[in-house]
Amino acid sequence: MLLIECPYCGERPEPEFVYGGQAHIARPAQPGATSPDEWTQFLYLRSNVRGVHAERWRHSHGCGRFFNALRDTTTDRFLATYRVGERAPST
Amino acid sequence: MTRFSALSLLKMGLRGQRGWQPQWRSPEPKSAYDAVIVGGGGHGLGSAYYLAKEHGVRNVAVLEKGWIGGGNTGRNTTIIRSNYLFAESAALYDHALKLWEGLSQELNYNMMFSQRGVMMLAHTVHDAQVARRHVHANRAAGVDNEWLTPEEARAFCPPLNIGDIRYPVLGAALQRRGGTARHDAVAWGYARGADALGVDIIENCEVTGIRLDSRGAVEALDTTRGRIRAPRVGVVAAGHSSVIMAMAGVALPLESYPLQALVSEPVKPVFPCVVMSNTIHAYISQSDKGELVIGAGTDAYTSYTQRGGLHIPSHALEAICELFPMFRRLKMLRNWGGIVDVSPDRSPIIGKTPVPGLYVNCGWGTGGFKATPGSAHVFAWTLAHDEPHPINAPFTLERFRDGNLIDEAAAAAVAH
Repeated sequence: MLLIECPYCGERPEPEFVYGGQAHIARPAQPGATSPDEWTQFLYLRSNVRGVHAERWRHSHGCGRFFNALRDTTTDRFLATYRVGERAPST
Repeated sequence: MTRFSALSLLKMGLRGQRGWQPQWRSPEPKSAYDAVIVGGGGHGLGSAYYLAKEHGVRNVAVLEKGWIGGGNTGRNTTIIRSNYLFAESAALYDHALKLWEGLSQELNYNMMFSQRGVMMLAHTVHDAQVARRHVHANRAAGVDNEWLTPEEARAFCPPLNIGDIRYPVLGAALQRRGGTARHDAVAWGYARGADALGVDIIENCEVTGIRLDSRGAVEALDTTRGRIRAPRVGVVAAGHSSVIMAMAGVALPLESYPLQALVSEPVKPVFPCVVMSNTIHAYISQSDKGELVIGAGTDAYTSYTQRGGLHIPSHALEAICELFPMFRRLKMLRNWGGIVDVSPDRSPIIGKTPVPGLYVNCGWGTGGFKATPGSAHVFAWTLAHDEPHPINAPFTLERFRDGNLIDEAAAAAVAH
């Protein structure tokens, strides 16, 4: 079980959170002008990186807010958590 | 290759079991092959076997970064069934099930394949309706599946508690041709069979790069044991498929999650079949060694660690203890995780890629073991003909762009 640092509430156990997948994926600004390949990229293609992953979490059994995290997928160690709208800290 | 038989067993027994030979060679990699398979699990070794046996492509290597069968082939819960909802899936998984039925004879290797029946429980009205829809769809597709009342389900599996629980059993779908097999034997049997046909199985050989020629086609692989040239490369790397394919600039619609399983201490034969429950999430069978083999769910987050949180298996154990009260005092022996590559529609991707000569067989997610022979068989065809076999033709990489999903996840056919 992971211990996750919510930027609003502090360190809490994993079952209080819901995972939200890869972070910083922007919906195409002009859906009508977006090609099938760009939609595929937005909807389905993920970095699935073996290393540092920027991802969303939601503290659903706490403050209820979304935030972002950097986690190393080879160790599951969190490097940082940060609020939505903030840039990912450099690691 | 020494053929295994009752007579060879008796002879070796009289010699104190001292005359057995290694079942496959351990060759140095050559500088070039006609085809290379990346990934020495059941799917990869099987692909090499069928390439050599059915398509005459014998100058083949299987590259494995660890030891063969040490990934998900050795980490799954060995359940085999083919009762999938959609016609495309039913055709693929039933192709595999038919190959399972003759595999021990084909490979002269005891797969311990046991068609003891797979029973999938329904706990809600919705479950029961979905399960009966599956039964009808399967029977229309020529796949056996039948609906059991709760009493019939208990008669088929006497340890089952159908009444006195939070989610009582309202019925079950039973595929009698389903069952289990010995997972290690699948890897070993295909390795031995492929080796006898001339395939080089190269362990401790990690692929570190994929080289493309000036036309953008596959030319060679860089590995920890040197460069290996090959005009055809099949990537069958399960949870690490994204990592390997990224070396050729191909992005895959996959995410890799830990999937956990556990076994109990061994007990006498007490459990006659396989039971799965999607709603309260547990599946269970008993190995021939006597251990109860229990499958838990995936962890919530992507990871490559081959382990996960303890709350995931403990959730599965709570469900097992409700369904089978007689297991409440049983001790668990081992718990582990495997990294599964999950696709957006929970169906595999088997076929060509944008890079000529590069083929991929991935996205099996939480349910690849059952498909091993079928997957290997159609993938070998795809490599040999440079086009998909009719059975894997719908399972393309392009289906996500084109909207032709095979959406078994929404169909809730499987325990995800």
